[in-house]
Amino acid sequence: MAEYQNIFNRVQVQAEPEAGVPLENERERIGKPMLMHLAGRFGNAQIGPIYLGYTGLFSILFGLIAILIIGFNFWAQVNWDPAQFVRQLFYLGLEPPAAEYGLGIPPLAEGGWWLMAGFFLTASILLWWVRVYRRARALNLGTHVAWAFAAAIFLYLSLGFFRPLLMGDWSEAVPFGIFPHLDWTTAFSLKYGNLYYNPFHMLCIAFLYGSALLFAMHGATVLAVGRYGGEREIEQITDRGTASDRAALFWRWTMGFNATMESIHRWAWWFAVLVPITGGIGILLTGTVVDNWYMWAIDHGVAPSYPNIYPPVEDPATLQGMSQ
Amino acid sequence: MNTITRKTVTVAALTGAALLVTGCELPVGIDADQKGYRGLGMEQVTKRHLEARKRVDLVIPEAESPANSAGPKAGDIYTSVEVLGDLSIGEFNRLMNAITAWVAPEQGCNYCHVPGNFADENIYTKIVSRNMLEMVKTINTEWDAHVGETGVTCYTCHMGQPVPDQIWFEDHGPKQAGGVAASRMGQNLSGPNVASASLPNDVFTRFLAEDPQGLRITPRSTLPMGDNPYNLKDAEWNHGLMIHFSKALGANCTTCHNTNNFPDWQASPPQRVTAWHGIEMVRALNVGYLNPLQPVYPDSRLGPLGDAPKANCATCHNGLQLPLDRAQMLADYPELNRVQRREGWEPSKADAELSETQVDPDISAGDVEDDAALEAAES
Repeated sequence: MAEYQNIFNRVQVQAEPEAGVPLENERERIGKPMLMHLAGRFGNAQIGPIYLGYTGLFSILFGLIAILIIGFNFWAQVNWDPAQFVRQLFYLGLEPPAAEYGLGIPPLAEGGWWLMAGFFLTASILLWWVRVYRRARALNLGTHVAWAFAAAIFLYLSLGFFRPLLMGDWSEAVPFGIFPHLDWTTAFSLKYGNLYYNPFHMLCIAFLYGSALLFAMHGATVLAVGRYGGEREIEQITDRGTASDRAALFWRWTMGFNATMESIHRWAWWFAVLVPITGGIGILLTGTVVDNWYMWAIDHGVAPSYPNIYPPVEDPATLQGMSQ
Repeated sequence: MNTITRKTVTVAALTGAALLVTGCELPVGIDADQKGYRGLGMEQVTKRHLEARKRVDLVIPEAESPANSAGPKAGDIYTSVEVLGDLSIGEFNRLMNAITAWVAPEQGCNYCHVPGNFADENIYTKIVSRNMLEMVKTINTEWDAHVGETGVTCYTCHMGQPVPDQIWFEDHGPKQAGGVAASRMGQNLSGPNVASASLPNDVFTRFLAEDPQGLRITPRSTLPMGDNPYNLKDAEWNHGLMIHFSKALGANCTTCHNTNNFPDWQASPPQRVTAWHGIEMVRALNVGYLNPLQPVYPDSRLGPLGDAPKANCATCHNGLQLPLDRAQMLADYPELNRVQRREGWEPSKADAELSETQVDPDISAGDVEDDAALEAAES
């Protein structure tokens, strides 16, 4: 079968760019659309028109301020050496204030810049959320994307804002930086008695892996029925065709049960959204409600206890009356 | 493909598979030895190619035949023998030969002695080595909880070099821009002390010297009781030191910890107790012996911030869980345990005033003359 006969193909049609549905206020769409071949290899070849608006403009501005604060502090930390800035880029970090500052405002060098970068980044993200919500309403869409994004923002705020507030100091928050935020993650698990035993961490992982699995299953199914028009999912939902029938039959044959063209998207949405929601709950409970997750898991029968095969070991500090 | 080629390929594949299955192990890759209860990942992981590389320079010197313990004491015959006076002449000279081979095989006696006058005290290396002999006695007699029967000799750390390979100095890291720029807070560069992690780097100053910070960061209760003074940043410092342990000993977390719950002693491998005493020991050695030598050293031996060279786990361990692969060198030199420690001796600059100008091998002949002239002019 020639490639173009399947509507799922890599042929790029060169035509007048699509203007989109009519809007009440045409000023909401700016820029002359154009076609870009390279973009067409990954998604739609058409770039633009775009709507930025005040929320988009300020979101980008605040985001830029946050990135500049972080970047210039990184650069200062290697004494403005450009070579070291590049070499150490993944190592560099902007740390939150030390615990002694509590929730107060520390000097710039001692975490003030972190607080400021966090403020601007948060403002940027929240404005982008407003923009996502309003663009969806402007197109008379549901606001599913905005609420999924809100779930991710909930996790972000749990890590950097809600939990530090509950703990009473900013030092508990995540630093900015590639390796530093990973170090924070390890330290978080070490400090609070092994995060793997946190049931919300378990749920978070289950939904994360589940999302990947569902994504793979759904993507594969739709590609597989593309030759029968399966990519026209909306039409297949309202007017079930051979693509939908074959997809459903395939899964019933292989595992006895199938999602529908509609329900699979709800499955995927909820799995994805529950990743940051359960994760955020797990973060908020750590150090505030539970101090050592392993011991919590033993207390509540979550973790099994295993036979001890080492010779008896005692804490030498208790034997000597010393502490380390 | 003709039949012969097909047969050859089949035979080759079968032979290869058989070799793999029957334990003809590749020189690269890892070995994982199960140490704990099955299925829990409590295992010692070793990288094959590293095990050989760590031992490239590992040579255990042969012991000289034992000396006659009868006869006059060294302290009665030689002058200025302060800590080894209880040895017989034979034992004393045997030990001196051994120390030369262990510490300064290329430089010889004159590394620690003024040529022509072995009793001369005006040489810092002699002052330091006398103090080190006392330190070795302390390690072997007071820290058997860490060093066991094997004990240590000069060679454990020096391995044929006047200055051991693995020493540490206080280290605030490279310069950073001042003013209002955010502080690195001691971390977030590729840290040489913490195996190139971005963890806090100067863990030795924080944990292995005067006023050591606590390491017990994880609460030992399910619910917050408000009695744990540590926060997440302390946890990162702790992690940095633990990475040093791992690198210094070629060990894993699971060598000492049951990683389901790091702080729990009951479920820990017994190695953790040994390591605990090791932390206490290295702190005591840095505070009691190594750092106090600071005034004795010439500037060339001091760190960038002017502190004395100090010890950490790697100083003795050098990447091995048992230093020198547990060579029983102390058993051949029981003289080391007959060192007489001096009470209340404190190193001072005056102990080795002229020393730097005389034999420091790092200082070229020209420098020596210049320095000597300078000092003469000053005095």
